[in-house]
Amino acid sequence: MIGYVVHRLLIMIPTLLAISLIVFVIIELPPGDYLESYVAELESQGESVDPKEIEFLRTQYGFDKPAHQRYLHWLVGMVQGDFGYSFEYRLPVSEVVGDRLVLTILISIATILFTWIIAFPIGLYSATHQYSWGDYGLTFIGLVGLATPNFLLALILLYLANVVFGTSIGGLMDPQYLDQPWSLDKVLSVLAHLWIPVVVIGTSGTAAMIRRLRANLLDELQKQYVVTARAKGLPQFRLLIKYPLRMAINFFVADIGSLLPSIISGAELVAIVLSLPTTGPILIAALQSQDMYLAGSFLMFLATLTVVGVLISDLALAALDPRIRLQGGSTR
Amino acid sequence: MTDLLAVRDLEVEFHVLGGVVRAVRGVSFRIRHGSSIALVGESGSGKSVISQAIMGILPDTARIAGGQIVFADPEQPGSTVDIASLSADSPQIRAIRGRRISIIFQEPMVSLSQLHTIGDQVGEALHLHRKVSKKEGREITKTMLRLVGFPDPSAALTCYPFELSGGLRQRAMIAMALICRPALLIADEPTTALDVSIQAHILKLIKDLQGELGMAVLMITHDLGVVANIADEVVVIYQGQVMESGTVKHIFDNAGHPYLQALLKAVPHFDMKAGERLVPLREIDHEPGPMLAAKAPWPPGADDAGPLLRVSGLRKSFEARKGGILSGNSQNSVTAVDGVTFDVKRGECFGLVGESGCGKTTIGKIIMRALTPDAGAVVFNDRGTPVDLLSLKNDDLLPYRQKIQMVFQDPFGSLNPRMTVFDVIREPLVIHRIGDADSQAEMVKELMHMVGLDPRFLSRYPHSFSGGQRQRIGIARALALKPDLLICDEPVSALDVSIQAQILNLLKDMQAGLGLTYLFISHNLAVVDYIADRIAVMCRGRLVEMAPREVLFRNPVHHYTRALMAAVPYPDLDRRLDFTAAGAGTISDPAAWPEPFAVRESRPCRLIDVGDGHFVLAAADTDPRDLAGC
Repeated sequence: MIGYVVHRLLIMIPTLLAISLIVFVIIELPPGDYLESYVAELESQGESVDPKEIEFLRTQYGFDKPAHQRYLHWLVGMVQGDFGYSFEYRLPVSEVVGDRLVLTILISIATILFTWIIAFPIGLYSATHQYSWGDYGLTFIGLVGLATPNFLLALILLYLANVVFGTSIGGLMDPQYLDQPWSLDKVLSVLAHLWIPVVVIGTSGTAAMIRRLRANLLDELQKQYVVTARAKGLPQFRLLIKYPLRMAINFFVADIGSLLPSIISGAELVAIVLSLPTTGPILIAALQSQDMYLAGSFLMFLATLTVVGVLISDLALAALDPRIRLQGGSTR
Repeated sequence: MTDLLAVRDLEVEFHVLGGVVRAVRGVSFRIRHGSSIALVGESGSGKSVISQAIMGILPDTARIAGGQIVFADPEQPGSTVDIASLSADSPQIRAIRGRRISIIFQEPMVSLSQLHTIGDQVGEALHLHRKVSKKEGREITKTMLRLVGFPDPSAALTCYPFELSGGLRQRAMIAMALICRPALLIADEPTTALDVSIQAHILKLIKDLQGELGMAVLMITHDLGVVANIADEVVVIYQGQVMESGTVKHIFDNAGHPYLQALLKAVPHFDMKAGERLVPLREIDHEPGPMLAAKAPWPPGADDAGPLLRVSGLRKSFEARKGGILSGNSQNSVTAVDGVTFDVKRGECFGLVGESGCGKTTIGKIIMRALTPDAGAVVFNDRGTPVDLLSLKNDDLLPYRQKIQMVFQDPFGSLNPRMTVFDVIREPLVIHRIGDADSQAEMVKELMHMVGLDPRFLSRYPHSFSGGQRQRIGIARALALKPDLLICDEPVSALDVSIQAQILNLLKDMQAGLGLTYLFISHNLAVVDYIADRIAVMCRGRLVEMAPREVLFRNPVHHYTRALMAAVPYPDLDRRLDFTAAGAGTISDPAAWPEPFAVRESRPCRLIDVGDGHFVLAAADTDPRDLAGC
């Protein structure tokens, strides 16, 4: 067990190295660099730029060095906990991202829980009442949820929240609590604002999960072992929970690996519409302005989350499924 | 005394797209206390539906349209319950289900949940129906597991089904069904998926437990050999109706109904005369066409180069990692094929028979070059030129893919569901670039005629065909390249008895008509006996006996072959199985065979020639004359 985990952790190192190289190359791919877009932006606003100052900045940030040196510099820095310097914010990357990370994780976890709490009962109902009116109705709602663009739903909910509950537009808390220390009122204000992004971000994920749970359960419900359990005299609901659901749950667990980063990165548009103080909008802005250290570190953060998520789901699968635990790796 | 269960005028309907299917039409029979009754019929006859109706576990699309199922529980004398009138999830029927009436199914692998331990699944019914503490429950479960013959019941409690052999899984199923000591056990084809020696064990077990627990058994089967050995009364079902019923003696002594007689004639058995043909319930018309028959003749003298296929010293072992990913890597290897040598002569059908896991399929795959052996040689006589198949690489192999083709066991898994039948059969011709589009289409049509299918079906997809028809499509595909050697890997074991006869006759006719050579792999002794000219018996990766068909099963010499033969149930009341012998432990352990057959590390064994092409595995220094007298 321990050997396996250590083995998996060691494999993560070359994986992350490869990802960092790809990230670096992709960020370098567009022509020009941050300073060029900075100069262009200033010039478009009619301001003159001192070439000497640009040259100074170029040297200071190492833009004059060859690509592989910059890559190594970035890599070594990250290992030491120095994620580089954001040109846009003129702050170290860790300070730009740090505050927002907490709120991002809060929204993500709330969204995952929301998705599961809604999706599980509906998926169970749809599968056991296949082709009933209830199944059709819930399927219809689910498909509408899947098809509605998130930002549209966000705008509608924002409007409703403002008109009905009087919640302030945008953000994750009322404006007066910004930059204030945490207090009970502040927490309540966050909770009052939190549900909108959670519903918006969670809706499409919930709909997709209902469909998948329904399909998986329908497959399992026809299996012979379910008949065996019925033949023992098990009541319908207990049977459902103990056998087919247990079997169908594997894909949820296998999903964790992709769930973490997709919820964090998939919500950028919504975050911009709702002006949420999360990490998504920063990433978009950083990519637009070629703020390379910020964008690169952020992408590496997502990659690490993915790799860790996959490890977690693999370990959870092994714990859940004896076939994986006891038979894994045997060759035929 | 009243009957334990009386089924009266039972009608079951299935509501499917496009109408109502009447699966059971007015069936009546009764089961006496403690008796054994067999429901006999081919698949689709409605016999399983009857059992599901008795259990109250009909699928959602099915409905009991009429009739009664009256159950008189001996625990509550004087009162009866009409199961047919109860709703499928009512507490009354749940109290009967699994407690008073229980069921075991055909396929123990899929009937048990893979994620729950044996102890959990076996003990579950007990905790559902009786108030017992966890500890008591574990003790009762352990007793039950011992009763059904688990060698180590305490260890079995925490085992998962996939860690057990097929026989033990079925024993676990039986333990699960019997843990509440039911009054009636329904056994739905309980031994069909098992090897013949394990079948005898399971039948004996059911019979022993029946006496011990005083329960009645309703056995659902298509195998009249099983019926003769276990049933007191027989009910023959055809298309949802009772054709004939009576005591087993009455049924076997004067099988009056033509359906039952036809069923008896469709199953291969060891008393068939040379040249006697099986009579399928429904014959298929098929004819070889000119393109298939037009094969280049074998050049004169080509047979001097050796037999069509010579397999020598084949050895293959598989690495299996025991213990799984979370508890270290302890490698252990299983020898699947251990020094196997045999020849297949041109034009003959060579049968390879053995229990599951004996390595027979591995040999087929090695010859097809799907697996690479650790040692040994496979030499193919290509019209006078001997070719070492194992030394061929990449493109050199391609020509021989045309000469050796394979028919697979599973007619559902071996056809691509997204290709039309036309594309399926034509694909080999496309891969090997044989002919243009017109001649390929012509060839495909001829192949369809050859296997007795209407060429108008060519644009359909495999799902619209029955299992037997799909197997014929698979055979047509294998014949498209006009191969010299056809490897048939259990081609009929997934098929119903009536279909089995069709396919066997088809293969037999084609062999004569097209000059084919077969390597026929099967676990069914009677099937191999019917189709093969020479037969080799395999056990644990070794050939134990090889002889012409007339000799092998009539005069077996090796202990293992004899034990196998002794375990075959005959549809004949005068030759019932000797169950006392069947209980004597496993027959497939080479170290436990008596002298001189025992295989031990210390002493070399070899195939000893006892004359007339009859070879027997025994200690290397055994005198052939001693063996003949054994």
